[in-house]
Amino acid sequence: MKEGYELIYQKPSTLLPRRMHYCPGCLHSTLHKLIMEVVEEMGIKEKTIGVSPVGCSVFAYDYMDVDMQQAAHGRAAALATAIKRMHPDKYVFSYQGDGDLAAIGTAETIHACNRGENFTFFFVNNGIYGMTGGQMAPTTLEGQKTSTSPYGRDPKKVGQPLKMAEMVSQLAGVAYSERLSLNTPGNVRKGKKAIRKAFEMQQQGLGTTFLEFASNCPSGWKCSPVESLGWIEKQMSPYFPLGVFKDVTTGVEKCSCADKQAK
Amino acid sequence: MAAKGFVEISVEGCKGCGLCVHYCPVKCLDLNMADTNSYGLHYAFLKEPDKCIGCANCGVICPDAAITVYRKKN
Ligand SMILES: Cc1ncc(C[n+]2csc(CCOP(=O)(O)OP(=O)(O)O)c2C)c(N)n1
Ligand code: SF4
Ligand code: SF4
Repeated sequence: MKEGYELIYQKPSTLLPRRMHYCPGCLHSTLHKLIMEVVEEMGIKEKTIGVSPVGCSVFAYDYMDVDMQQAAHGRAAALATAIKRMHPDKYVFSYQGDGDLAAIGTAETIHACNRGENFTFFFVNNGIYGMTGGQMAPTTLEGQKTSTSPYGRDPKKVGQPLKMAEMVSQLAGVAYSERLSLNTPGNVRKGKKAIRKAFEMQQQGLGTTFLEFASNCPSGWKCSPVESLGWIEKQMSPYFPLGVFKDVTTGVEKCSCADKQAK
Repeated sequence: MAAKGFVEISVEGCKGCGLCVHYCPVKCLDLNMADTNSYGLHYAFLKEPDKCIGCANCGVICPDAAITVYRKKN
């Protein structure tokens, strides 16, 4: 280190010194890093248990230096429920993509939220099935081209994209629901605060905490990493607005599902 | 005058995504197009060290935590 300088940012010690398999610029990596930064700062490495999904982030357990389990496709919320009920004093999270959480695992997701299971969802909404080659997801935008919607998503045939953060915010069991993005340095900093807040609410036993991340898949979207972050801002954010939909600690309760759909 | 900040970028840890280059407010980073790491990727480097202000934007945005940031002590 250079003399006269102080360290202000480095890789968290809780992120294992391995090369993550994600594509360059994939925000899965950023979210892994961020969760581990919070775990390091709160000093809860020995008290945290995560559940990884099926999808690109299936190997999350290889990178995060906390106890982890890997769930069958879509079942992360059921597994996290069991873990949290067995270990109520631990910080438990599920980490899931949109194919996992909002397609094959919709039932597990909704019912865990409705029961108010006291764990945190980290929901990576990149509008596509990344791992399997870019198929349409429940969150694919209207008109968005994917390998299974080559002419663009047609809502008349497959419905409108699901707004999970808004939907779960309407369930009584949910204590905190927010949509964030990690697409700019400022938003990454905000994301970190939200992760910490969710863990603290979990400690207080307030109910389900649900953080959705408007994310990217440069490989599936067939664009550069920098372009993909701009795409989140310009194309995704109008339909998937960032913000808090529910927070029982501040009394916020708002949902924009209805107004968008009504137009 | 010495720069307000400086960064170390892991050559092997970098995937050449270019996000740090894009978000550096003073444009002191760049991808090294003349060389690659062992994965065949053009890695980021501190091209104009005198400009660095130690804001840590690059470190924060780097998905792969390849950047360590230092700031000049007051
Ligand atoms: C029961 C079952 N059905 C289907 C699959 C195939 N499959 C693997 S990953 C995946 C979807 C992944 O998409 P997403 O959850 O959005 O995660 P991403 O890869 O985009 O991060 C599917 C359908 C599977 N592995 N198991
Ligand atoms: S395929 Fe998409 S979601 Fe999967 S690692 Fe690559 S960029 Fe990320
Ligand atoms: S953000 Fe990280 S991985 Fe991407 S080019 Fe910069 S140092 Fe490399």
